[in-house]
Amino acid sequence: MTTAAGAAPRTLFDKIWAQHVVAEVPDGPSVLYVDLHLVHEVTSPQAFAELAARGVPVRRPDRTFAVMDHSIPTVKNPLAAADPSAAAQLRQLAANCEAHGITLWGAGDPRQGIVHVVGPEQGLTRPGMTIVCGDSHTATHGAFGALAFGIGTSQVGHVLATQCLLQRRPRTLAVEIEGGPGGALPAGVTAKDVILAVIARLGAGGGTGYVIEYRGSAVRALDMEARMTLCNMSIEAGARAGLVAPDDTTFDYLAGRAYAPTGTAFDRAVARWRTLATDDGAAFDHVIRLDAAALAPMVTWGTTPAQACAVDGAVPRPEDAGGDDAAAAARSLAYMRLEAGRPIAGQPVDVVFIGSCTNSRLGDLRAAARVLTGRKVAAGVRALVVPGSHEVKRAAEAEGLDRVFRDAGAEWREPGCSMCIAMNGDQIGPGQLAVSTSNRNFEGRQGKGGRTVLASPYTAAASAVAGTIADPRPYLEARP
Amino acid sequence: MTAPRFTSLTARAVVLDAADVDTDQIIPARFLKTTTKDDLAGALFADWRGRPGFPLDDPGNAGAQVLIAGPNFGCGSSREHAAWALTAWGFRAVIAPGFADIFRGNALGQGLVPAAIPVDDHARLMAAVGRDPALPVTVDLDAQEVRWMCGGGAADGVCRAAFTVDPFARRCLLDGVDELGFLLGMDRAIAAHEADADEARHPSGGAR
Repeated sequence: MTTAAGAAPRTLFDKIWAQHVVAEVPDGPSVLYVDLHLVHEVTSPQAFAELAARGVPVRRPDRTFAVMDHSIPTVKNPLAAADPSAAAQLRQLAANCEAHGITLWGAGDPRQGIVHVVGPEQGLTRPGMTIVCGDSHTATHGAFGALAFGIGTSQVGHVLATQCLLQRRPRTLAVEIEGGPGGALPAGVTAKDVILAVIARLGAGGGTGYVIEYRGSAVRALDMEARMTLCNMSIEAGARAGLVAPDDTTFDYLAGRAYAPTGTAFDRAVARWRTLATDDGAAFDHVIRLDAAALAPMVTWGTTPAQACAVDGAVPRPEDAGGDDAAAAARSLAYMRLEAGRPIAGQPVDVVFIGSCTNSRLGDLRAAARVLTGRKVAAGVRALVVPGSHEVKRAAEAEGLDRVFRDAGAEWREPGCSMCIAMNGDQIGPGQLAVSTSNRNFEGRQGKGGRTVLASPYTAAASAVAGTIADPRPYLEARP
Repeated sequence: MTAPRFTSLTARAVVLDAADVDTDQIIPARFLKTTTKDDLAGALFADWRGRPGFPLDDPGNAGAQVLIAGPNFGCGSSREHAAWALTAWGFRAVIAPGFADIFRGNALGQGLVPAAIPVDDHARLMAAVGRDPALPVTVDLDAQEVRWMCGGGAADGVCRAAFTVDPFARRCLLDGVDELGFLLGMDRAIAAHEADADEARHPSGGAR
């Protein structure tokens, strides 16, 4: 954007921040107003208990929306299937929402699903808002040009009680991603591959203290679901939030959503949203550039999301990383039981998981189905497809994707976080290797002793068919 | 509510020589199916317990109150359960070259001081504790300094490493100020902001 004469150019982040500062504490943080607070069963019960202990009400139940997602079994009648502690936690959320007049999309509700899938699809997530949730993947909502970040349970209590947070102003990091003509990504390369490459560049802590704005031709060319995938994993580089400037792609997505403004209110909102984009000449504290036109599909080989390489490449040698990184890489390879210098493709796979707040939207399921159509999951491989929400599930079934998955031999399950966090009963066994479209390959993340390889839906589906970590590109070129 | 307080602590330290220790390691997700903060000490590093040489298994480390770990400690999930589990075990400070943002905030709120010290000092401290596991380590929040006896290395025999924490959070811990109480006291400013806020920022912008 160009600015009015005399006005200092500002970033998208600067503008949202300025509009939400309630007060500045001298020599301290800002008091930042929160427009939308998303709540789930795992990180909220102790916060509600804190309010009860103080006798404080929820200040803005109208700005608070709750879902059941983290510990909910991905089967019909999930409450009956939940283990006693998960069931107690789910019941506690329902009781807390009932007591405070908070809208809850719980088990059996047609709007239930993963919090970061549901917010956008209901039109709750919109440009220029501040959005928080007791979940580090809240950055997902930044795809709409909202400042969205994860918070701890004490802060969940702060927002329930005051709709505000004490926040230090972060620094800004521009990640400029250029694609080919029209911003296009190479065949078989998706937003998931791009963000894995960004994290590999920054390192697992390289974004600490920053809010990222994703910019450049490749970002402009992404649809909203892909932008959500991109922003979702900002935390895996240590950044609290990731943003994409809102544009016509954003406005087209929002039009007609349940909670989005309608009619002239929508037109007024769009006019205001258009002013949010970073002004020409605005300065970022740091800038990195990535040539997405040169990317291949990416997979992780280690135990942080930053330890990633091209799927047609070799497992890196720790000594090439140097210093402390070399020691960390050696430990990761030992845990993953992968051999440095060998091709990463061809490694046997036990489980394939397609789901999570990173990759469980309709476009992700279409991508997996494109590979699985007319093909079979390899013998001995368990493949789960877990749609991000009931709305995604209905849309996928309406176009027959569930049949593609079932015919291929994959499980088609009910919505939830499922095997991404593995606290609902969906998990891998000790030593098993999973190719997963989720966001974390930490030791034991998908089950104690389990090994996780992060990948795109294309790569996960191709690996399910091959029975080994596989480059998806041959599967996309050839029909079975 | 009683706000946590912290001025200075001198205690035995445990060294966990690993980078990027994520909160899934500090407390695995299966322990998050709880509605209280109770009984989390046993969940701390549950999947690392029993591994050969894991320091928290060493009975000699019982009573340690300082954890020394590698860079980017507490990355990953926002779960405050990580800070609860560390304090439940008895830790009151973590010393590392750097911390993940969400963990840092969660820890401060629990009175668990995240002391980020320069890498050179960190290496010297790890070596000193490696030589003498019973070495008392001081985490002084008032002076924002970590201290330990290092013999001939310094003029007075004391090694010092500076750290800084957010000035407001530091004030809260030194004075026992409760952050939620502070925010509740901002009611008038919050109400004024709400009166001015643009309708498009309301979640039900169109549905109201």
